[in-house]
Amino acid sequence: MAILPLRIRDLRYAPNGREVLAGIDLELGDEGITLVLGPNGAGKSVLLRTICGLVEPSSGVLAWGRDGGSRPQQGVMMVFQHPMMLRASVLQNVVLGLKPLGVAAGERRRRGLAMLERVGLADRAGDSARQLSGGEQQRLALARAWLTRPRLLLLDEPTASLDPSASAAVERIIREIRTDGTRILMVTHNLGQATRLGDDIVFMAGGRVCEHTPVRAFFARPRSDEARLFIQGELPWRMRL
Amino acid sequence: MSAFAATFSDALALLTTFDHNVAAIVALSLQVSGAAVVLGTLIGLPLGACIAVGRFPGKSTLSVLINGMMGLPSVVVGVVVYLFLSRSGPFGGLGMLYSPAAMVAAQTLLVVPLMAAITRQVVDDVWQRYAEELQVMRFSWWDSVTTLLHDCRHSLLVAVLAGLGRAMSEVGAVMIVGGNIDGATRVMTTAIALETSKGDLALAIALGVVLILIILALNALAFGLRHWAMRRFG
Repeated sequence: MAILPLRIRDLRYAPNGREVLAGIDLELGDEGITLVLGPNGAGKSVLLRTICGLVEPSSGVLAWGRDGGSRPQQGVMMVFQHPMMLRASVLQNVVLGLKPLGVAAGERRRRGLAMLERVGLADRAGDSARQLSGGEQQRLALARAWLTRPRLLLLDEPTASLDPSASAAVERIIREIRTDGTRILMVTHNLGQATRLGDDIVFMAGGRVCEHTPVRAFFARPRSDEARLFIQGELPWRMRL
Repeated sequence: MSAFAATFSDALALLTTFDHNVAAIVALSLQVSGAAVVLGTLIGLPLGACIAVGRFPGKSTLSVLINGMMGLPSVVVGVVVYLFLSRSGPFGGLGMLYSPAAMVAAQTLLVVPLMAAITRQVVDDVWQRYAEELQVMRFSWWDSVTTLLHDCRHSLLVAVLAGLGRAMSEVGAVMIVGGNIDGATRVMTTAIALETSKGDLALAIALGVVLILIILALNALAFGLRHWAMRRFG
């Protein structure tokens, strides 16, 4: 069953009465890279966690696929800002996501080595994953997610703590994943990265989507005051609407 | 003072001449405690990990109970196992009382809560960091348990060592269910207690030295292994 497009209607999340998501309406099509921008506390990461099922929304609808089905059991993956690295080799870490899919051990190894080749980590296959640099760990996390062939990949600030060179390597892999047919929704604070990677921008503030527009239009003519102030670097922290 | 020195001299002689009696007692101690720790590892580690990962009603109560049972008096465990294995008890027909098997059962009951409690704590700390990613990857509850146990394997050496220390050093339970029968169920701790009461301090000291050396050697091994693992796997 096709899980895209994803239609999100009036999604709300308010733990202990504090509204983190205040009625999100959003539609994600079949392909492309959508960047989620917004100030700290805008609800960007919570939106991603809600989409992949880690956070149970207070109300609202996530309608998957053309028939608007419920959350799929497979096909959605998420890569975190600080990815988990098991105390095991790079190869054992990259194939981790294949275990629940029932892929046999020999096949896991074959696919894992091929994937490490694609992300430039083949020569580190036998090393401890925890001994990789931050950039290499993030590439490994992307490879781990990519190996499961997700239809939708959620990325939560994957380059937040990386230097420009490591960020560029991660961006290259993200483009390859997209070319491979995976839909990507990615949170970032890096406006330059947004222009390099994104097809469209979802701008959030105060738990709401202020605008959802193509990248060029967003930077040339932001429709909302919040987005204009954000681009100018003047949006107050945790702005309330 | 000369009697004191003579006792140590005799103890040293027993050790350096590889006294048959001492060797037999040490061998049985290692067999009984080793078997109890193997069983305790097979039961306690998964139990602790299941409690850490599981979400079920009464989880907090069970955690408190397991923690509380870490300090279970060994004589109480001895009495309980005795009641179960005595002729009129539910397992009396097995004829296990006053046998090494009964001692293994008693020591296993002593080490399981200790190993489970330590494992629960170690795994819980890691689970807090890994939970979201394993959930995203659709790991089942059991796959999460086995993955975490494997990931914490070096830290869990502490749990195994703690269990071994508890098993090897306890005297009450094995005295009650084993009976301290010479050549059959006499282990280091019960022999030390007996020989001390009889005034044969040389044998008691010799066994005490062996007991301490074994525990020190195992701890050194675990320390070295953990140190290597931290360098190898981070």
